[in-house]
Amino acid sequence: MLLIHCPYCDETLPELEFAYAGQAHVVRAADPSSQTDEEWRDFLFIRDNVKGVHAERWQHVHGCGRFFNALRHTVSDKFLTTYKAGEPRPVLDDTERSA
Amino acid sequence: MTELALSPDFAPGLLAESAAARVTLIAPVARFSLRCKPASRATLARVLDLPLPETIGHRAHARSREALRLGPDEWVLTALEGDAAGIAADCAAAYDAAPHSLVELSDREVTFAIDGPGACDLLSLSLPRDLDGIGVGQGRRTVFDGQGVVLWRDEAHSFRMDVWRSFAPHVASLLATGCRELALEM
Ligand SMILES: [Zn+2]
Repeated sequence: MLLIHCPYCDETLPELEFAYAGQAHVVRAADPSSQTDEEWRDFLFIRDNVKGVHAERWQHVHGCGRFFNALRHTVSDKFLTTYKAGEPRPVLDDTERSA
Repeated sequence: MTELALSPDFAPGLLAESAAARVTLIAPVARFSLRCKPASRATLARVLDLPLPETIGHRAHARSREALRLGPDEWVLTALEGDAAGIAADCAAAYDAAPHSLVELSDREVTFAIDGPGACDLLSLSLPRDLDGIGVGQGRRTVFDGQGVVLWRDEAHSFRMDVWRSFAPHVASLLATGCRELALEM
């Protein structure tokens, strides 16, 4: 089982307390009616699907209830770091990136 | 080994007892979910005459009222059943000075008391979390066999677990089975 660090509880806890909630940092346009159909399609449906470090949202659903973000390596499945919602995506050094 | 079915009207009392652990349904209490921004916390604590802990998982109590912090802006409050109307009225009176959300949950959950030398082993049958992370006198919202629960650790081997009423018969039967199985291993 994966262990995930909740940045609000400041505890490292079993995956079963958490729910995955899709790619992080997907920003809804402030004025949706200004968007072209292609831009709106990209916002709704198009995701990075990276092989490597992926920024994604998680919710500590059976705990504090909060959404937060994580950097996870999609090959090793390793959580590299987690951070509070609203914080910028952390910059990792090369060793972490290849984890 | 004693084992009694959970009655349809959720009558409090002993449900299972073995050499390993004892499971009891405790009498109903008043419960509230309280949520507010940091600016409202001190006022609400004063109105409730109950400290509202700052750290997730920490508890405070005053007389028969108790508060457990569940999240960054959320507490669960428990009190005597007859105290519910007073808590709601006191908080409502403070609403303009300290905006908040107070929702009564008294009937949503029932509480099992779990104690005995095998209490931790019994909970661990369906609780993925490491119980060493919950200190005596603390509590957490967590998950037990897929159901969200609030777990209160009162002593090293004594817990209370708040379970949604509709899941309680399932949880009660799991705990009773665990009591029986753990006693066989002793
Ligand atoms: Zn949390």
